[in-house]
Amino acid sequence: MAGMGIDTPRRRAAGLVCTGILVLIAAAFLAPLVWLVLSCFDSSAQTSVKLPEHPSVDNFRAVMTTDLAWRPLWNGLLLCGGSALITVVVATLAAYPLSRYQSRFRKPFLYTVLFATGLPITAIMVPVYGLFVRLQLIDSMPATAVFLATTSLPFAIWLIKGFIDNVPINLEEASWVDGATPMVALRHIVVPLIAPGMSVVLIFTFIQAWGNFFVPFILLQSPEKLPASVTVFTFFGQYGAVAYGQLAAYSVLYSMPVVVLYLIVSRAMGGAFRFAGAAKG
Amino acid sequence: MAARAQLVGEELAGAAGRTTSPRRARGARTTRHLPLAPALIMLFLFFLGPVLWSVYSSFTNAALTGDGAQNPQWVGLENFRRLFSDPNVTNGIWLTVVFVLGSAVIGQNLLGLTIALLMRGRSRWLRGTVGGIVVSAWVLPEVVSALIWYAFLGQHGTLNQIMKAFGMSGQDWLYSSPMLAVIIANVWRGTAFSMLVYNAALDDVPADVQEAAELDGATGWRRLWNVILPLIRPSIVTNLMLITLQTLSVFTLIYVMTAGGPGFASSTLPVLMYQQAFKFSEVGYGTAISLLLLVIGAVFSFIYVRVLKPEA
Repeated sequence: MAGMGIDTPRRRAAGLVCTGILVLIAAAFLAPLVWLVLSCFDSSAQTSVKLPEHPSVDNFRAVMTTDLAWRPLWNGLLLCGGSALITVVVATLAAYPLSRYQSRFRKPFLYTVLFATGLPITAIMVPVYGLFVRLQLIDSMPATAVFLATTSLPFAIWLIKGFIDNVPINLEEASWVDGATPMVALRHIVVPLIAPGMSVVLIFTFIQAWGNFFVPFILLQSPEKLPASVTVFTFFGQYGAVAYGQLAAYSVLYSMPVVVLYLIVSRAMGGAFRFAGAAKG
Repeated sequence: MAARAQLVGEELAGAAGRTTSPRRARGARTTRHLPLAPALIMLFLFFLGPVLWSVYSSFTNAALTGDGAQNPQWVGLENFRRLFSDPNVTNGIWLTVVFVLGSAVIGQNLLGLTIALLMRGRSRWLRGTVGGIVVSAWVLPEVVSALIWYAFLGQHGTLNQIMKAFGMSGQDWLYSSPMLAVIIANVWRGTAFSMLVYNAALDDVPADVQEAAELDGATGWRRLWNVILPLIRPSIVTNLMLITLQTLSVFTLIYVMTAGGPGFASSTLPVLMYQQAFKFSEVGYGTAISLLLLVIGAVFSFIYVRVLKPEA
């Protein structure tokens, strides 16, 4: 590989070829994004790429209304924030006994959890719809948040158990001797130590839920309860074919939170965040 | 990835060397595991329940409206008989295979590996820029990716614009080659994941191993084939399993870009399942399709767990 050993002209040429191919690949990846960025500042945008003649924030102004953008974004925050919180709390509670106690069921349960992380969630949406109809939970935001939380539970349990495994047990043993219950030990000793990991799981679950279109699309019906992932799509169905600039601006608004969160997490975690991508559904 | 495999390893190895918990009164065995209850209830109600219910209801003629909705009748294997004689389903299975092979196994996997290999020894700045661009395609929400590609591949879209500049004639890609369109969009969306996995794997290949291969006079390709690929084999297997499972259940990207059309030309199993259950109101039949998808996913997921499991 370049940079090691002796630098020969042949190697330099190979390096240039590698750089050239990389630049081409990057350009290909960039092309679709360019359209999005240019169109959101262009009030006469079409599907073709062109520089805005009069760059303006008119598109943003047009979609930044309560009905179009603010309420769906707020709904998304409630839905995804709620589901991420539920996931982290429930997963931490479940991970603690799995990490600390021996039992016959532990290993089968853990393997079942790992197995569940791989199942296509898409495939259970039809029966889940049937279940929600039967329990009269259709169009309920709390129920949808709990369902979203359930879908990310297996992976969250798996990750958080790993974090707890890395906490030495003797700290807890000392507190047990003082008569603390396991739950007190969990709250006062383990949680502060695994807080960074927990916040990564929290943010990651939030990002996942924020991008989830299918679940709210199936389980919610009232327009005033829909999160942005669905309203961007309905906007596209209603005005998208004409107001491409507004569609682009709306898409940028809706994407902003996860892009920012991703940057925060990847900065904080360095490369350790990379495996978390495994749960991207 | 590697981290997960490591977790399994630790889980098996660490079980032996763990200290016992405090001695507690009898009956504590159950209360100790009480914190598991919320997770178990949620998973049973919303995960295992629907799976079992889908097994049951795929033997009935349940429907969203009308007679079947009130009192579903037991129809036995009728749904499955229909399933395997339905040209849309066989077409859907085929399209799903094409989609998974094309966009995940070949597209994302090979492109991700290629980018990771090309990045070896490039300047930090170049690596950061290229990596950043590829990752940003991955970070965007799925609906937005789908809309971007809808615009990009349309009749007056950017791709045709570029082709025209080179004197080629464009076409409405979403209409003429819908599968190719969704495959390319999914490669764009998912390649970052494979790239990150292979970057991490290649970072773990010791430099002296590469040096040694070089002194032996192994040329680039042979070195890649005989030294580097065997060393990162576990990452390749894990990555292939994960992206296969993810790609198997892609719904939004295809639904927003083509809605499964034109006709059923891009109705992979998840899209077909949605169409049957919600567009044609045949929940029983839609559920039978989702069961098929679930079984395929379960097989891959099972292999995946077995692969991660160290020989114990």
